[in-house]
Amino acid sequence: MLRGDRGEAVRDALAYQIRVGEFFGAERFVPITNAHMMGDIEVMGDGGFEYLRATCAKRARCSVPITTNARCVDFEFAGRLGQDAAEVEKERRLIAALREMNVLTTDTCINYQTLYQPHLGEHVAWGDTGTVIYANSVFGARTNFESGPAALAAALTGRTPEYGFHLDRHRKGTLVVRLEARLDDLADWGAVGKIVGEKHQSYYAVPVFTGVKRAPLADELKHLGAALASYGSMAMFHMVGVTPEAPSREAALGGNTPVDEIVIDDAAIERVYAGYNLKDRRCDLIVFSGPQLSLFEMKSLAERFAGRKVASGTQVFVTTSNGVKSAARELGYLGALESAGVTVLEGVCFYILQNLSQMRTRNGWTNMISNSAKIVNIIGAHKFNTILRRTGDCVEVACTGRLA
Amino acid sequence: MSEVLATVRVARAFGPVVEGEAIVSTEGFSPRYDLDRWSGLISKPGHKLEGTSIKDKICFFPTAKGGIAAGWAFYDIKHKAIAPKAFVFGVTNPVMVQGGVFANITITEGWDPQPAGVIRTGDWVRVDPARRVIELLRRAS
Repeated sequence: MLRGDRGEAVRDALAYQIRVGEFFGAERFVPITNAHMMGDIEVMGDGGFEYLRATCAKRARCSVPITTNARCVDFEFAGRLGQDAAEVEKERRLIAALREMNVLTTDTCINYQTLYQPHLGEHVAWGDTGTVIYANSVFGARTNFESGPAALAAALTGRTPEYGFHLDRHRKGTLVVRLEARLDDLADWGAVGKIVGEKHQSYYAVPVFTGVKRAPLADELKHLGAALASYGSMAMFHMVGVTPEAPSREAALGGNTPVDEIVIDDAAIERVYAGYNLKDRRCDLIVFSGPQLSLFEMKSLAERFAGRKVASGTQVFVTTSNGVKSAARELGYLGALESAGVTVLEGVCFYILQNLSQMRTRNGWTNMISNSAKIVNIIGAHKFNTILRRTGDCVEVACTGRLA
Repeated sequence: MSEVLATVRVARAFGPVVEGEAIVSTEGFSPRYDLDRWSGLISKPGHKLEGTSIKDKICFFPTAKGGIAAGWAFYDIKHKAIAPKAFVFGVTNPVMVQGGVFANITITEGWDPQPAGVIRTGDWVRVDPARRVIELLRRAS
């Protein structure tokens, strides 16, 4: 490949991967079966777009199935949201370039729920972080955080450097978390991720959860993982009796002595909710996003909003994938949400929307209230005052316009 | 060649030799969470460096936060001419490294001793990835 036998794009991709692998002391490459990349105009800017076009012009064609993460424009809503027409047009051209390179532009950050579920030990090259921690932890597949250019390179060459979570030694637990809290709502699971992630911020920290009282749902593990990855930059967790590499606490730790043992009870979860500054108590923006909602979350939210109306002066956004939105339409969930005044966007995630800072200013948004611990953390650079609340509380705030 | 006042060794490093003014942060960093990627200013409310520009600086961060975005974002800020000269991390994640390599921005991970005791914001330092050292060349006046 380095001779250019498979073309200039593959040669350049491999040379790039070698430089990254050398940094981490990788001894070899491992073949991958699937890649998932972030690639939209908001994150890559004009420089990244030029790179992508140049790569496409070198006749780059991915040899391994590769899907795309949530992007920054839902074309149906771009005008109503006041997004820049020029940037929206670039997004269209960017998508066309990706398709020409044999990339499946699926535009979802819940590929692990909707598109592809790798098996135990399968090597993949995924990003965003929520997809990575789910793959490593729940499926027992193996991937590092792969940025857009790195995942694309992996799909071009069919391999990725073997370091980090491809290696057994990084997959063992490093700390123990005993769950004593009830954890009835998705936001509670996100709050757990915030507590653990903030205390042990490291890519190589691997928490081992014990004491789980019932089989957690995929959406609960999704919110836990997304928050751990967001607050802690973590790429893996174990849950004893739940995840495949944790049949027991001892097996999950793999001989490691835990650096910390944390207990999370109901009081600890309540302290998370009590820790937010409500500022002027304005309820102008409620967001269900980050990660995109599964069909089950859409059903639950539709039931909560059924027969109600979003309060005047309040805007409510939901983001999901094209597939989930289509199914929600068929099943009547979309109608229930839209009748209540909820805006459901597809193929995007709220925090990466093109022009979000300007949108915030133009709408006079101050507080952003969400049941996603991840989005409450990640949206900071756009200067929102963010508040985490349970799903039911978010719906109450949305419909009453009162924030307690 | 300038006299070296102090040295910090790093465990892993990539990129060209660079010199510049140090910013020593006690808080971690993510270009997605913390940075206004149009001005180069740290914009997250409450970040310990809020309002500070990272352009042309040697940025010392103890940890990486998040996030997949750095892979494109470092290339983007380099293209917009608001990139720092180097990122020096205590513990980083692969995305920062993938981003640094992609954008050809010098990046290092692991340090001995802790730079906070040796290097202060405003000091002039040199990062030499091949020799895996950071050298303090001049104190802030």
